[in-house]
Amino acid sequence: MNSVRHPLFRPLAALVLLLLVDLLLVPGFFHLEIKDGHLYGSLIDIANRAAPLVLAALGMTLVIATRGIDISVGAVVAISGTVAAMLIGGASTADTPMAWALCAAMGAALLCGAWNGLLVAGLGLQPIVATLILMVAGRGLAQLFTDGQILTVYYKPFFFLGSGYLFGLPFSLYIVGAVFLATALLMRKTALGLFIQAVGINPVAARLAGLKTAVLVFFVYVFCSACAGLAGLMISANIKSADANNAGLLLELDAILAVTLGGTSLAGGKFSLAGSVIGALIIQTLTYTIYSLGLPPEVNMVVKSVVVFLVCLSQSAEFKNMWRALRANKQGGAA
Amino acid sequence: MSGMILRGRAWMASPYFTSLVTVLLLAVLLAAGGVAYPGFLSLQVLFNLLIDNAFLLVIAVGMSFVILSGGIDLSVGSVLALTTMVSAWLLQSWHLPPLLVIVIALALGAGFGAAMGAMIHYFKLQPFIVTLAGMFLARGLCYLISINSITIDDPLYVAMSQTQLPILGGFISPGALIALLTLAAAIYVAHCTPFGRAIYAVGGSEQSALMMGLRVGRTKVLIYAFSGFCAALAGVLFSFYMLSGYGLHAQGTELDAIAAVVIGGTLLSGGYGYVAGSLSGVLVLGTIQTLIAFDGTLSSWWTKIVIGGLLFVFCVVQRLMALGAGRKT
Repeated sequence: MNSVRHPLFRPLAALVLLLLVDLLLVPGFFHLEIKDGHLYGSLIDIANRAAPLVLAALGMTLVIATRGIDISVGAVVAISGTVAAMLIGGASTADTPMAWALCAAMGAALLCGAWNGLLVAGLGLQPIVATLILMVAGRGLAQLFTDGQILTVYYKPFFFLGSGYLFGLPFSLYIVGAVFLATALLMRKTALGLFIQAVGINPVAARLAGLKTAVLVFFVYVFCSACAGLAGLMISANIKSADANNAGLLLELDAILAVTLGGTSLAGGKFSLAGSVIGALIIQTLTYTIYSLGLPPEVNMVVKSVVVFLVCLSQSAEFKNMWRALRANKQGGAA
Repeated sequence: MSGMILRGRAWMASPYFTSLVTVLLLAVLLAAGGVAYPGFLSLQVLFNLLIDNAFLLVIAVGMSFVILSGGIDLSVGSVLALTTMVSAWLLQSWHLPPLLVIVIALALGAGFGAAMGAMIHYFKLQPFIVTLAGMFLARGLCYLISINSITIDDPLYVAMSQTQLPILGGFISPGALIALLTLAAAIYVAHCTPFGRAIYAVGGSEQSALMMGLRVGRTKVLIYAFSGFCAALAGVLFSFYMLSGYGLHAQGTELDAIAAVVIGGTLLSGGYGYVAGSLSGVLVLGTIQTLIAFDGTLSSWWTKIVIGGLLFVFCVVQRLMALGAGRKT
């Protein structure tokens, strides 16, 4: 009985259900094989492709937990990918040492986060408006850096981030695993998680209780942008180029969707990092299923929107009451 | 001396202030254009601004109702695209009469908006997430009809796109005229009807509006229905302008519309601002685009950067004003 109430039960059930559909309809879905020392298979593929989304969703979880929202994630992805590609340059040797290029890209992402954090925590702007500014201007800035061109990278070591393998598994999985573990430890083993939750449940009470709410809010936006920056590096390493116009387009919406699917309420407060990871995996599995069933990829958007409506309704107390009243009426009528 | 400062403060705190700043900004932009480029300050350039941005103006009018009520509607760009797609499909594949198609399209948009409004009100869901899902749904439905663009060759649509209405030595398109009429109607509704006052009341404080006995639920559903209707009307104007239906039409228009409303002086927290501000907001955005196009050396991404910068300035000014007002009381 208790297991049904567990917050991760519903997202996990949805994921298992999707995997069951795949088991029945997609031949060889669970087939894994080792080629050239690398593990191959649909499951690995899904996890690998979901990696940037998982990162973005992890950052978004903390922002949403403080009652915020960050819609500039896609723009940050474009900026960090562009900075890295620009510094490495279009030759087979790197213009700038790769470590520096990666640091600069992450630095740019951190700056974006600090900007968002200042607007939200410092000036007290509504999060959606504050991050809207960067969402509009960010892609413009990235295009300004590249002069509107798509930068192609030929430097091999850079590709390792997006498509490299380590001990038979895609390297991106290790990055995601490390970020997830570090964040989870930070939230569980220190009081930070509790503080963030307190800000989300009641910001005024949290401040009156002596929490430095502004610093906490600033931190979550910086953290979210850092995650997005890392995702941007991964994406541009994977497609071997930086496309300021399209890299990470609508990623913020998928990230918000993943967080909601994972059971974190958009009203802030309690959050679940594991739930967000599962949410991201659900989205990627859904995309994979739709592709492999031969349905037009455009169906994806319709399915996603229906899923969001359903998840929102399932979280709405008013809907539950209405549902209960309906059922009580029916039972009353039958008796 | 201190009297002047006081008078200045009172003037800054008046509700006209941010709207006036935008009009001033528009005048400065136009003057700067006139100084820098000969031929910029002709009446026809102004009319062209209206012609090119007619659909954005209509969407911004709907959006300003939503924002005045304290909500947000992210689905408008997608509803616009869906309208162009459905119109093109009904015209080209079903050969329905164009007027019937327009009526169906408008009803579809209003119904779509009303459904979202009902979900927002009755299930207490956040407007942001509901309209986000609506945005996905409408875009997805476009692609279900067709992933390619459908050309419209209906005589009425072609006539609408080519007609030039002479006015003051220049001309405007029927689309621009419809947009201006919509704006006029919306200004009347917002400032001279009970429904308009209810919108401001809900935006000021939903709780108080409810306790005053206003029909908050009905108002909110109607607001989102109106926004959906405006998006559909913008879609009809857009299909006059482009003569095609396409799922990729007007991507990101919701952001332009929000930016136009904010720049027009409406507070995003609701209850404060003018519907007419959406016209000056849209014209400012359009002028920036025209200036960048006139320059020729600046690339299109400068538009995004400048709009982002303007948004920033306006948000900060609004925020500081709100802080100042809070300190006084």
